[in-house]
Amino acid sequence: MKKNLTLILAGLTTLGLAAGASADDYITLASTTSTENSGLFDAILPQFRDATGIEVRVVAVGTGQAFEIARRGDADSLLVHDTAGEQRFVANGYATERADVMYNDFVVIGPASDPANVAQARTAAGAFSSIAEAQAPFASRGDDSGTNRAELRLWENAGVEPGGDWYRELGSGMGPTLNTAAAMDAYVMSDRATWVAFANPQNLKLLFAGDEVLFNQYGSLLLSADKHPHLKHDLAAQWHRWLVSEEGQEAIAEFRVDGQQLFFPNAK
Amino acid sequence: MTSFNAALNAAPTLCPPPALHFAEVAFSNLDKTLFGPCSFALEGAGPTLIMGPNGAGKSLLLRLAHGLLVPTQGRVSWSGDELPRQAMVFQQPVLLRRSAVANITHALAVNGTPRKERRKLALRALERFGLAACADTPARVLSGGEQQRLALARAWVLSPNVLFLDEPTSALDPAAIRAVETAVREFHQRGTRIIMTTHDLHQARRLASDVLFVVGGRVREHAGADAFFSTPASREAQAFIAGELVE
Amino acid sequence: MEDNAFYVALSLLINLDATLFQIVWLSLQVSLLAVLVAALLGFPLGAAVALWRFPGRGAVVVALNALMGLPPVVAGLTVYLLLSRAGPLGEWGLLFTPAAMVIAQIVLVLPILAALSRQKVEELLGEYREQFVSLGMSRLRMMPTLLWDARFTLLTVLLAGFGRASAEVGAVMMVGGNIDGVTRVMTTAIVLETSKGNLALALGLGIVLLTLVMVINAGAYMVAELAKRRMG
Repeated sequence: MKKNLTLILAGLTTLGLAAGASADDYITLASTTSTENSGLFDAILPQFRDATGIEVRVVAVGTGQAFEIARRGDADSLLVHDTAGEQRFVANGYATERADVMYNDFVVIGPASDPANVAQARTAAGAFSSIAEAQAPFASRGDDSGTNRAELRLWENAGVEPGGDWYRELGSGMGPTLNTAAAMDAYVMSDRATWVAFANPQNLKLLFAGDEVLFNQYGSLLLSADKHPHLKHDLAAQWHRWLVSEEGQEAIAEFRVDGQQLFFPNAK
Repeated sequence: MTSFNAALNAAPTLCPPPALHFAEVAFSNLDKTLFGPCSFALEGAGPTLIMGPNGAGKSLLLRLAHGLLVPTQGRVSWSGDELPRQAMVFQQPVLLRRSAVANITHALAVNGTPRKERRKLALRALERFGLAACADTPARVLSGGEQQRLALARAWVLSPNVLFLDEPTSALDPAAIRAVETAVREFHQRGTRIIMTTHDLHQARRLASDVLFVVGGRVREHAGADAFFSTPASREAQAFIAGELVE
Repeated sequence: MEDNAFYVALSLLINLDATLFQIVWLSLQVSLLAVLVAALLGFPLGAAVALWRFPGRGAVVVALNALMGLPPVVAGLTVYLLLSRAGPLGEWGLLFTPAAMVIAQIVLVLPILAALSRQKVEELLGEYREQFVSLGMSRLRMMPTLLWDARFTLLTVLLAGFGRASAEVGAVMMVGGNIDGVTRVMTTAIVLETSKGNLALALGLGIVLLTLVMVINAGAYMVAELAKRRMG
């Protein structure tokens, strides 16, 4: 009797699990943690669903992993913030089209006491060289993500080769890096969206922003039907077009956290 | 010959139990010969009691006869065309973590008895050995004597032609010993060949029809019980019966 | 008040937060199903290794024992590579579904169940072998008897397996993708809230998870005690 009950339970569960996996119309979107953690998707995906009936399932991972997932054909669509990488993706034939969707900026966060006097810096390069000079603790993502690459470019522009005790490469995503920076009272570069939505700032404050070089562009990619014929290209195309459409762009602009707009639509 | 043994020997059996032959049987491990080489035949009706000091090789002999061990030399054979049905009862009763009756139905299931008949046969066997009241008791909770009787009941339902017993009463109190010996006699009356080891002289006197005396891994003597106890042939047997320590 | 993890945990439960219950239910389904399948495969496997001699048996035993410590993220990565469209089983389209999570957890739990059941069955075999051979049991026939006889220990082994499954995050994160409403389970939700800096909520979820696991263990303990008392 016991054996039969267990088997029935197992069977029902399997069905339930399988059903969960194959709901009506849906696409898998590989995206980054900044768009997920900020709450953007919670805000705009329901609007997309109302408009088209398509559910978007977001797999939020680091930029590098997002590219890899798309390259392998495990996602129907891609939304990341690494323009150079995106262009390479198209050049290599994995995507047929790339479109600007929205932008925000990177900001320099640091301890309220600001030992390196970053708040007084006039350029991003200036801020970074101050930190290097003061040898103030700096938490780097160190994970070859879009954000990380942007950070490294900034060190280069500042003429600094970061290294030593004060420069801590964490190999982590944005959220965990912020957690660690908060605990270490360290400087850290973050995208504005993740920072604003971050709930554990402890002693950290936004110290520097506004330099042009801190511009952070998000792009949507239409994946190649040739490389991966099994993907849901029609549905993904609808998503891609909706993002750059008036409706989608408006939805992005309307999204606020604590009254602040985090993403600025800039589709052409 | 005691009157009881005489009665035993006179009791008609359904058909003579299969005879056991050891032909130059030996058992060694890597460097030592632990048993044999020995040859003997058990052809009478039995019961055969195997006696000897501890470590003499009695248990080895039993296991070689039952097939639990394969001789490294020589041959163990039985009379008749087919291998006889055998069962064994060990010094420490080996019972499953189940009720008493479930232990027996398990043996019946292994045996291929149809499911419908198992419980009935099992209960009957329990009754025969005075365990009817304990049928649903966990087997491991029973007393030593009850457990040993359960092991015998389990052997009983399999209707063995040969029953091996390895010092079955060494850990039991007198009342339990008596119950086990009675059970052994029931098997014998049914026509089962009894081959049993013991280090208890008195038990041997009570039960044996013939005796195998084992010392130092070899069978020193094989004789009828009366002959063995009154006029043992070997020096070691004489010493053993006299109660001395024999190496 | 909202900074205290215990209060957060309590308020989540009292408010019957729908998302929480959905996440808890999925976590239970995934881990319980994984343990069940792993047991159906692992217990006979362990018993078989205990019962039969074969060349390389020692290596198998060592491998099973060693795989008990398989890092979840490694298991996740391996299953990911198998289930990815670019991988051998890509056709099945299982990646980023609960089924993939179950598979990854089976990979994690199977060695535990097999290694520990092997050890217990071997122990029991030492006790029972002669009697079983005497009764005429083949080694195949011995398997269910030994497994049933070991049931109390095997229950603990099951609980160990369940503990491992419900506690891990590396595997389910990789193959499930932590998709909101689809593959988000307790552990991945905790990681997500932590990365958002919602530490109290993350810890509160952790307390809910621990409480759940404790309730399950308590239930299993009571069932075992009752059975033991009746069986002796």
